[in-house]
Amino acid sequence: MVVRENFENNLQELQNKMSEMNALTLEAFENAFTAFKTQDVELALRVIEEDNEIDVLETEINQFIVWLMVKEQPVARDLRRIIGALKISAEIERVADFAVNIAKSTIKIGKANSLIKGTKLEEMKIISMDMLQKAVSSFIDENILLAKEVGSLDDQVDDFYSENYKQLTMYLSSSAADTNQAVQLLFVNRYLERAADHITNIAESAAYLIKGEIYDLNT
Amino acid sequence: MNTTKMDRNKGNEQQIQNKISVNDLNLFYGEKQALFSISIDIREKGVTALIGPSGCGKSTFLRTLNRMNDLIDGVKISGDIVIDNENIYRSNDVIKLRTKVGMVFQKPNLFPMSIYDNVAYGPRMQGIKSKKVLNQLVEDSLKSAAIWDEVKDRLKSSALGLSGGQQQRVCIARAIAMKPEVILMDEPTSALDPISTLKVEELIANMKKDYTIVIVTHNMQQAARVSDKTAFFLNGEIIEYANTETIFSMPKDQRTEDYVTGRFG
Repeated sequence: MVVRENFENNLQELQNKMSEMNALTLEAFENAFTAFKTQDVELALRVIEEDNEIDVLETEINQFIVWLMVKEQPVARDLRRIIGALKISAEIERVADFAVNIAKSTIKIGKANSLIKGTKLEEMKIISMDMLQKAVSSFIDENILLAKEVGSLDDQVDDFYSENYKQLTMYLSSSAADTNQAVQLLFVNRYLERAADHITNIAESAAYLIKGEIYDLNT
Repeated sequence: MNTTKMDRNKGNEQQIQNKISVNDLNLFYGEKQALFSISIDIREKGVTALIGPSGCGKSTFLRTLNRMNDLIDGVKISGDIVIDNENIYRSNDVIKLRTKVGMVFQKPNLFPMSIYDNVAYGPRMQGIKSKKVLNQLVEDSLKSAAIWDEVKDRLKSSALGLSGGQQQRVCIARAIAMKPEVILMDEPTSALDPISTLKVEELIANMKKDYTIVIVTHNMQQAARVSDKTAFFLNGEIIEYANTETIFSMPKDQRTEDYVTGRFG
């Protein structure tokens, strides 16, 4: 017998909202990067515009959680799940903001001879989005292995970050012509690295839900 | 990968002494066994909460601690309950035991007499006659029970004229007047309104620096708010006994998890 059917339904609804927010963020990030790669200013503007939808969802999730806490006074696993949802939705919102930042860099670069091919930025993006999928799944499916995998993928992102940084600063010192684009690429390099850190925090919240212990996957 | 476990209770673990030590306690009501091999150490000067569904044995266990079950026909007990190195079932001095181990019940059960006489009742029975001593004892007890300011101008009026919440605090004062070391509370706020409940909880929090308190409660938020350690009872057994924070944030046993999250049944 399920004693708290109504509460179970509420938890499911919360999970659905998080999945929706995650799907929108993945889409925003893919669009932002495509715009960045193809120098598509129109698409970049759309990413910036649509970010509002993600912000609204985050607010909805927050309000829903406050109400669930008042009404259900959750403890144990329920409490960890709800606290996790609260923290994770904030992290997903931050990741979406980095998609907006990449879109803004795209606009600042405008039309130019793209320097992206010579960098590992796309690889970083691919790994980061894989991390986001895995981190949110690890929370929803309570899969600790996925959470730990996110931690090791973050190390790869960090390696690419250092590599890109060296390469771009070297390029800057040798060629003065493309300073604007190279600096924007350095920014994007940073955005991707930061996004991956926030995604790692999501995996930590998932680990806390599953194990009831504080994990530090960011070292 | 680094894992860090937070343990805020570390460090002060050594200073906590056990007041009550229960070992392999079994209790039968006639043929029916109500408690199964209960072993538990209860800390001195702290609050220990007993939680569990109705009929799980938590009140029965509470009553073994001052031998209240002796009054029920057909009760058989085996095992040891040691309070301050003394096995309470090996001694015949039940009066002394109940002086040391006071009790507060679910419903306020004041005598139909004045507030003053209610609190002075126990000490008078013990032979204290001096008016000066009694006055001081009544005042101190009512102050300790956080009810003095509300009743100091009406000590001679009937205790039954007080509100339920006030009566319960006078009951606590009456228990305190006996200078007990342990106070047992059997659902002390279940008949009270929310504000009176919070006042009694506040009082429990203040009392724990002087007394060892064992409280049975059906209100899990109350257990979380007032207690240091919590024992979860089910079908006459202790399923899990741990720091209250652990029980309500990461219980080890699935049955505890199901009970505290309300998914029991």
